[in-house]
Amino acid sequence: MTGYYITVVGLMALVSYLPRVIPIVLLRKKIENKFLLSFLKYMPYGVLSAMIFPAVFTSCANPVSSAAGCITAVVLSFKRLGLLPVALISSAVVFIVERVMAVL
Amino acid sequence: MSSLTFKQGFTHGIPICLGYFSVSFAFGMIAIEQGFPIWVPVATSVTNFTGTGQFAGLELAAASAAVSEIVLTVLIINARYMLMSLSVAQKLCDDYSIGKRLLTAFGITDEIYAVAIRQTDALCPRYMAGLILCSYSGWVGGTILGGVCGSLFPASVISALGICLYAMFLAIVIPPASKSKPVALIAAGAAVASCIMNVIPGLKDIGSGWIIIICGAASAAMGAYFAPASEEDE
Repeated sequence: MTGYYITVVGLMALVSYLPRVIPIVLLRKKIENKFLLSFLKYMPYGVLSAMIFPAVFTSCANPVSSAAGCITAVVLSFKRLGLLPVALISSAVVFIVERVMAVL
Repeated sequence: MSSLTFKQGFTHGIPICLGYFSVSFAFGMIAIEQGFPIWVPVATSVTNFTGTGQFAGLELAAASAAVSEIVLTVLIINARYMLMSLSVAQKLCDDYSIGKRLLTAFGITDEIYAVAIRQTDALCPRYMAGLILCSYSGWVGGTILGGVCGSLFPASVISALGICLYAMFLAIVIPPASKSKPVALIAAGAAVASCIMNVIPGLKDIGSGWIIIICGAASAAMGAYFAPASEEDE
């Protein structure tokens, strides 16, 4: 079993590293194409949104506390709070909501 | 040229570190429950440093799946890193050596990419080192603690930390989206598309990695086609 584990973990490490290392090492020239530049500029927002929704609603113990945390994060983000305060306050809200729900 | 410091990188990594802690804690805990010896999840976190891929990989390994099946699954889940790596490569400062690129590549995760790419200055090695080291410590530390004392830790704290990464993503997306109409439409479009793909039975099976890359890339491509970004609103 140990041999199987070592093989699996080692090969997983390889296929986790290859997609990250190939572009950053091989593509050293700056891209000039306007469509491609716009695409790369916009991509983080598309990718992040797709990562947030719908996964955020299952990120905590239950959908209600997850939604409460999500709404808190949205409101604080509109108020331009930094990443760390948004993350910490949202976590605190989730914690409080779950404690209250446990009592009810 | 770049004014970003190691300390700034490390500080920017704190929300990632906390979010990673809760995710990798769960990873360590689940791996032990599945019957793995502690070194397996720890070695996986130390050498893989990726979320979904690790969960899927060990899930399959727990069922004694064929090595080829595991490798292919993890590769498909991680294919999205190619675009992120390409994106980060465009922002690196000029004196980024090959050796440092090889090291930085290991640290390109969804969250590190998201934080790095929003910096206005060019990315220098010391900033990336701070950002990656802080995040990585949460990832490895969480795995070890989850594996060793998963059942002792209060579930309420772990659950509350589960929102960290998503809250951070929202704090990254919302400010630019409220200033730029194309960004807002791209973000909204990707969110709706991702929700739809996750509820349609057949589509859901293609996996979360692909859904993210398809929704993200398709909405960004439409944005780039209909509203090409100009240099000045960098």
